[in-house]
Amino acid sequence: MRRALLLTLALMIATPAAAVQPDEMLADPALETRAREISKELRCLVCQNESIDDSNAELARDLRLLVRERLTEGDSDAEVLDYLVDRYGEFVLLKPRFSIANALLWLTGPLAFIAGLAVFATYLARRKPRAAEREAPLSPEEKAELEKIVGS
Amino acid sequence: MISELGHFALCLAFAVSLFQVVVPLVGASRGWSDWMGAAAPAALAQFLLVGLSFAALTHAFVTSDFSVRIVADNSNSLMPMLFKVTGTWGNHEGSMLLWVLILSIFGAMVAAFGRNLPLGLKARALSVQAMIGGAFFAFILFTSNPFDRLDPAPVDGRDLNPLLQDIGLAIHPPFLYLGYVGLSMAFSFAVAALIEGRVDAAWARWVRPWTLAAWVALTIGIMLGSYWAYYELGWGGWWFWDPVENASFMPWLVAGALLHSAIVVEKRSALKAWTILLAILAFSLSLIGTFLVRSGVITSVHAFANDPERGVFILAIIAVTIIGSLALFAMRAPAMRADGMFRPVSREGGLVLNNLLFATSAAVVFTGTVAPLVREFMDGAKISVGAPFFDLAFTPFMVVALVALPVGAMLPWKRADLGAVLARLWWAGAGALAIGGVVWGLQTGTALLAPVGLALAAWVILGVLAELVERGGFKRAGLAGGLRRLGALPRADWGKLIAHAGMGLTVMGIAAITAWEAEDIRLASPGDVIPISGYDIRFDGVSQGEGPNFVFQRGHFTVTRNGAPVAVLEPEKRVYPVQGMPTTEAAIDTGFTRDLYVVLGDPQTDGQAWAVRSYVKPLAVWIWLGALIMGLGGIVSLTDRRYRVGAASRRGPAAPVAAE
Repeated sequence: MRRALLLTLALMIATPAAAVQPDEMLADPALETRAREISKELRCLVCQNESIDDSNAELARDLRLLVRERLTEGDSDAEVLDYLVDRYGEFVLLKPRFSIANALLWLTGPLAFIAGLAVFATYLARRKPRAAEREAPLSPEEKAELEKIVGS
Repeated sequence: MISELGHFALCLAFAVSLFQVVVPLVGASRGWSDWMGAAAPAALAQFLLVGLSFAALTHAFVTSDFSVRIVADNSNSLMPMLFKVTGTWGNHEGSMLLWVLILSIFGAMVAAFGRNLPLGLKARALSVQAMIGGAFFAFILFTSNPFDRLDPAPVDGRDLNPLLQDIGLAIHPPFLYLGYVGLSMAFSFAVAALIEGRVDAAWARWVRPWTLAAWVALTIGIMLGSYWAYYELGWGGWWFWDPVENASFMPWLVAGALLHSAIVVEKRSALKAWTILLAILAFSLSLIGTFLVRSGVITSVHAFANDPERGVFILAIIAVTIIGSLALFAMRAPAMRADGMFRPVSREGGLVLNNLLFATSAAVVFTGTVAPLVREFMDGAKISVGAPFFDLAFTPFMVVALVALPVGAMLPWKRADLGAVLARLWWAGAGALAIGGVVWGLQTGTALLAPVGLALAAWVILGVLAELVERGGFKRAGLAGGLRRLGALPRADWGKLIAHAGMGLTVMGIAAITAWEAEDIRLASPGDVIPISGYDIRFDGVSQGEGPNFVFQRGHFTVTRNGAPVAVLEPEKRVYPVQGMPTTEAAIDTGFTRDLYVVLGDPQTDGQAWAVRSYVKPLAVWIWLGALIMGLGGIVSLTDRRYRVGAASRRGPAAPVAAE
């Protein structure tokens, strides 16, 4: 079983990486460029985290043709993406849309950075009084004690 | 017979590691120096035993002993000798054995060269090291025995995965493991310091070279993996934000932060708890990296072992390691008082900013990598997180880091005058803006990527030059005097300058290839000429042939520029019959200003035309050269005299070291 899995996996990676085939490409270079850009955002559903632009799988080819079909029919980039999400779910997007469920994914960076800055600021602020404390003049009792030690 | 000896040596190594966990730890807590002293010989014995075991496995591969299961599964009598040897770790069991071999090498190095380490710290660090080793010995012996026999033995082996039959990928795992496992040293020292309750400059001076060595190895390992993807996967991509790539990238980012924060501990006796935490995180991420690759949880392009049972075992190791060390951290860290005071605008402040940015970007990569798992676990939703996400969520932090780098690198310690530093950097800033402006003016579109990326690269590199000018004091000392002063700079300072310049060069390569790559995909018949970016690539036809363990079709292309010959490119399509697997070998003409990259696709049904993809990739080579230079900077820094073995004890108190 494991062997078979390995082999399928191996075949999947190894298929020569001629992802976009010459016969798929649109004659209009502007449209083709848009198709390529959109393809980079879309996941080849049967692959591991590969975009349909990179993948050589049959399904990726079908999706590439579908994207080009929608574009030639006059869809905007956003409409093409919506069309694919309607059909295949959010799984098809390599960049998840912002939603409550994905909030943490999108906000990790900014939140972590702000939290880090806050921690650092409090660290510096807390250290100041402590240092001041250290340099504060001795209390009368401490002075007396010091006298006693030094004097004796 | 030899394989059984290897197995037996591994069992003994497991036993020795258990001894090494208990005896030195008890000795250290009771103050028994003879018990503590047992750590070093145990570590050496462990290294010898694992070395024997690994040698036995290599022997099985080299002699093609197909009665050993993993040899039969991953080797073949026709395979070139080089790949028979590297095949030893081109499989799950062997790669785990390599992992513990490197772990035991590091342990033995501490035992052999750590004579001037405090006895208690050394005993505790080696004990923690043995805990990690013991866990992995158990993992190998109970779930992944590399010495399993087959009866009857097959006549020939099933060949190594052809993708692994490549020198780049063959030496990629050892470097990565050197990095992962090197971080275990920082971890062991961190946990030992937590047990002991003391972190001081001497501790930092011990931890930093290990972290540095690990970071250098990770840098080179990641670079090799990226370059391999570039020439082997066939479309010239060099980074895919694939989970396995992320698995090695996260420890690299955290190790980068750790390197910088350990400087603050060493020089200024501050950020102690944070540095300990980074050491724990860096190794935890290395373990998670191992987990991502070894278990089937996240399968990806390079995961060549998928087995949930092993995954649960490794998950247990990770959970115990992380929870245990973090619990210890929570108990002991509050007691760690920092002595050094500093203002936000200071070298320390700059290093803190570096740490924040690196830690944050590691966090972004981490959430991006695990988000699909978490979502599936939480509400069953299936989402994908790929390159477009990471490009958007990760890059901003790196941009800020690059903007801040030259400034932070030149700030003096404790408290600094930002205006004065900026005044010394003005020409670097002006130069970077000028380069950005020229690029912006030359390009046709309004895309910001190329101007901004190249301006950033120029800013970092010119910043390094500005620092050189400053450190040389050329204004006062004159040219000769300045050069002499530069020559006398500590190696650590040179390492820093070189590594930062390498970073700038990598950014330059990334910006150029991303913004300016030219691509041509077409059907070409022999005789056709493909014009691309001023080059003419003529397709001369396809020939066939046979390699040692594969058959190939080879395309012949002649590249000219304005009629003058530039290169002959011969991309191949190979099929490895034993595994029935095709691979693509791109043909690349590498240059300092551009790579020419041609891939042969499939023949068309008429038998005349072939799908051909051609690329011109400007400045591509700098992505990896820059990374190599970064690694070189780390190596130069490692040779600094204050890290040299016994330097402190022989020369007495270390000579005052100039500020870094």
